[in-house]
Amino acid sequence: MTGLPSKIADWFAGKGWAIHPHQQTMLNLADAPSALLIAPTGGGKTMAGFLPTLSDLSENPGDGLHTLYVSPLKALAADIKRNLRKPADEIGLDIRIEDRTGDTSYTQKRRQRADPPHILLTTPESLALLLAYEDAPRMFAGVKRIVIDEIHALAESKRGDQLMLALSRLQSLAPDLRRVGLSATIEDPQAIADFMACHPAQPQIVTADPGPDPDIQMLRTEEPPPWAGGGGKYAIPAVLDQVRRHNTTLIFHNTRAQAELFFHHLWLANEDQLPIGIHHGALAKEQRLKVEQAMVDGSLKAIVCTGSLDLGIDWGDVDLVIQIGAPKNVKRLVQRIGRANHRYNAPSKALLVPANRFEIVECKAALDAVKAYDLDGEPKGPGPRDVLCQHILNCAAAGPFDAATLYAEVTTAGPYRELSPKGFEECLTYCATGGYALRAYDRYQRLVEKSGKWQLRDPRAAAQIRMNLGTIIDTETLKVRLKARRGPGSGGAPLGEIEEGFAATLTQGDTFLIGGQIVKYEGLNEMTVQVTRSQADKPRIATFLGTKFATSTQLSNRIIEIFQQDSWPELPNHTAEWLMLQRERSRLPEPGRLLIESFPRDGRANTVIYGFAGRNAMQTLGLLVTQRMEEQGLAPLGFVATDYATLIWGLDPLKDPEPIFDLENLRQGLEHWLAGNAVMKRTFRASAIVAGLIDRMTRGARKSGRQATFSSDILYDTLRKYDPDHLMLAITREEAMKGLIDFGRVEEMIIRTQGRIDLIELDRVTPLAAPLFLEAGRVPIKGLAEERLLAEEADHLFADAALPDAVTQPKRWAVPF
Amino acid sequence: MNFHAFDFAGTALRAYGSGGLYWPAEETLIVSDLHLGKSERIARRSGQLLPPYETRDTLVQLDALLEQLAPRRVICLGDSFDDLEASHSLPEEDQVTLTQMMIGHDWIWIEGNHDPGPLAFGGTHLDQLQAPPLTFRHIAEITTEAEISGHFHPKTRLFLRGRNVSRPCFLVTQSRLIMPAFGTYTGGLSLDHSAFEPFIDDKSFAIVTGRAPCAVPVRRVRSGGQAVGFS
Repeated sequence: MTGLPSKIADWFAGKGWAIHPHQQTMLNLADAPSALLIAPTGGGKTMAGFLPTLSDLSENPGDGLHTLYVSPLKALAADIKRNLRKPADEIGLDIRIEDRTGDTSYTQKRRQRADPPHILLTTPESLALLLAYEDAPRMFAGVKRIVIDEIHALAESKRGDQLMLALSRLQSLAPDLRRVGLSATIEDPQAIADFMACHPAQPQIVTADPGPDPDIQMLRTEEPPPWAGGGGKYAIPAVLDQVRRHNTTLIFHNTRAQAELFFHHLWLANEDQLPIGIHHGALAKEQRLKVEQAMVDGSLKAIVCTGSLDLGIDWGDVDLVIQIGAPKNVKRLVQRIGRANHRYNAPSKALLVPANRFEIVECKAALDAVKAYDLDGEPKGPGPRDVLCQHILNCAAAGPFDAATLYAEVTTAGPYRELSPKGFEECLTYCATGGYALRAYDRYQRLVEKSGKWQLRDPRAAAQIRMNLGTIIDTETLKVRLKARRGPGSGGAPLGEIEEGFAATLTQGDTFLIGGQIVKYEGLNEMTVQVTRSQADKPRIATFLGTKFATSTQLSNRIIEIFQQDSWPELPNHTAEWLMLQRERSRLPEPGRLLIESFPRDGRANTVIYGFAGRNAMQTLGLLVTQRMEEQGLAPLGFVATDYATLIWGLDPLKDPEPIFDLENLRQGLEHWLAGNAVMKRTFRASAIVAGLIDRMTRGARKSGRQATFSSDILYDTLRKYDPDHLMLAITREEAMKGLIDFGRVEEMIIRTQGRIDLIELDRVTPLAAPLFLEAGRVPIKGLAEERLLAEEADHLFADAALPDAVTQPKRWAVPF
Repeated sequence: MNFHAFDFAGTALRAYGSGGLYWPAEETLIVSDLHLGKSERIARRSGQLLPPYETRDTLVQLDALLEQLAPRRVICLGDSFDDLEASHSLPEEDQVTLTQMMIGHDWIWIEGNHDPGPLAFGGTHLDQLQAPPLTFRHIAEITTEAEISGHFHPKTRLFLRGRNVSRPCFLVTQSRLIMPAFGTYTGGLSLDHSAFEPFIDDKSFAIVTGRAPCAVPVRRVRSGGQAVGFS
């Protein structure tokens, strides 16, 4: 057992604190090459991560960078700086603790490179940037430890892959570097251990006492939830009642649009004028800071929020978490609940509010999973190669490198441990020459090999590489500001951002919700959307897009299990009756089988596929199945997908499902369909930016609006036509399959059901299918539809133009695929 | 039919979906802003290595029109090459293709801001062309009659039952016609950009390119209008 230096032991004693067992274990492991700590929120996790550092610095004071701390959020880095400064001062350590993020001033950044602090708190992007400078070896030569906070969150995105590549570089610069990962409760600690290890070494896994089980229930309301939809508006009186009875309540929503709508309705019903705020990623920074400060001060009773509040920022007196809408993912739910009662050893309190009838079953499944400690997680595939391409370019920006050495180095990074020499070679070739079948760039290679080392042909390119660094691809958004009362300019208060595509559909006078208020669109000035406050009580356009999560495999399986019960005494009566009626009229979905219902309605033939593969996969399935139905002459007209089912309507019913659900046939359909698909184009753009094929679009470049810039879609189409085997297309495919297309779960569904298809033909709509008819997000089947619509529209426009008072076209905002 | 027929300055013209303009009476095909060699120029200037196939793709599109129409005369309305050096550094295969395509046509290169001066290929080089009643030049002039120009790469955006469609277009006013860019690697400038403001009159319309080109009216935008949606 490693003892604490007396200074620190005295400090603990002076506070009347005892060191937690897991903090002691982390101290004992101070010399282990890597250690992963899994601890609940409020478990003294950060202190556990930093104790070895403080201990070492108190005994061996010296100059130079000692410990790096990396967190996914800038705010977290600033938070930790405050939380670390205090104990360091009280212990009497004369050390410098500084943060370095995108917000740090230029002067400060320069000074940090020349004379680094003892502890540097930063983000994956800022660390990668530091490594892309020539002086990185000098700056990092002596660094002893790196602490990676919220590693479970980083591991889910490309930012984590980028960080692990940066770590492989760092480990070469500082061979004695010790790695510490701090994680919230996760389903598969070994996966995170593999992710953060310096391969083939294995980290020690330390699991802290998870604390008491959370107190989590479904919120019972007077009014039953509606049949479909996701807003949870019906529950507002019950939610307000809970808010009144607690100190501080966090009200989580799955999407920003839902958070905005709910907040709006909450305030309409908030007769007591309870102080309630809203917080989500699309709000202006000033707005968010204001809410965060009010939260810290304890002056808010509740905050309506989205995932932007998910990460462990230490906040006030939260004693209740309310989740509106089914949580879709048990792990996320557990981490959210951890926000309530932010004290170790006190149970967290949470309420689930199902948004519709089906979500009652989903919430029940989630509750069961939490009780059974059954967290979900999809296995993470190998590290994406667009991130590797960026890493290679970053290395080149720092100085010449040897290809074999770099390959050996990147394969120590967990996500890339199985990268083949060929896979690496392709990325290197792409970085050097573009990797095209047509060798057009012999004179303009980006990287050239000189005496065995690869380097930039033009050293000035380093600046461009650094500018494009990072793996976060922003959707193109426009800032929204209140119009200044007097004079021109964009001087009004900033409210947040909206997606450019949405902004383009607005005309003067249109109203929409942002930051909980209804605003009126006044115009566009210098790429800023100008609005005024509106007195309207109902926004004409209510939503803008946000991420929609898909229900996890594990949760879906639990829902099907619930369906197998003989009766459902634990569910509200209306829901139990609904399920019973479904069983009488048709059948409930069963594990290992695929239920398909077919029935007429409104003169159309309807087909419902209960695939339970999550929203994205069910959407993909809808596209593939309608395509086959079109080939069979069944004339499908459209479809809509939810997490559990896809509803297709058309002129003729589906009679012979087996060949359609054959995996090989679906795969072929996928190849064909992927070709011109908008999801692929969006994925291509993201990968092309990460891999450095195209530059990030800066606000300035967009503002100038030059016609010289052209869409990345054109590059995608051109590559497909003339160089279909190009690396970027392969990467795009790999990425799209995991992400929005989620074909993996379609495959999993087909394998799970293995042709055991139950096609049930009925004379009318079934209870389980009925809510599908109310779902938004219907997808029409295309073909030459666009040209026909265009012709129609042209006629309308001319007809309108001839009239003195032109009728405005109804505005719509839809998913572009 | 893959063209939209209309009258401009008393002349019958056809706007093709790929962005070409045909003058049947004179058997003349007009294309603008080919920007051949753009990827090479970008690599030379910025080090970015874009897929080097846009020249080939643009020539394939142009060849399709030549095959279909067999014009006597071809007018390239400026910015045919992305810069002068690009005109000398086309891949050999593309050089051969272009040279062969030019055979049998009276080929006129109008100078553009990207490619002033002599070019590496044959044909006639002109600052502008008077072919009564029409005048051809690269950049529209403020006071003019019956002028056909390019340069601005006009595009328009329409909302079709929830679908957002943005495409290159021809802008036709009473006194001028502005061509869309024909080159593969070309972006566009939205018609509501202030650059178009001086040109648009009460009878302006746009011909939207695509499989079935069609005309839509263009309204004057009051100041404050800005282009959005460059990607």
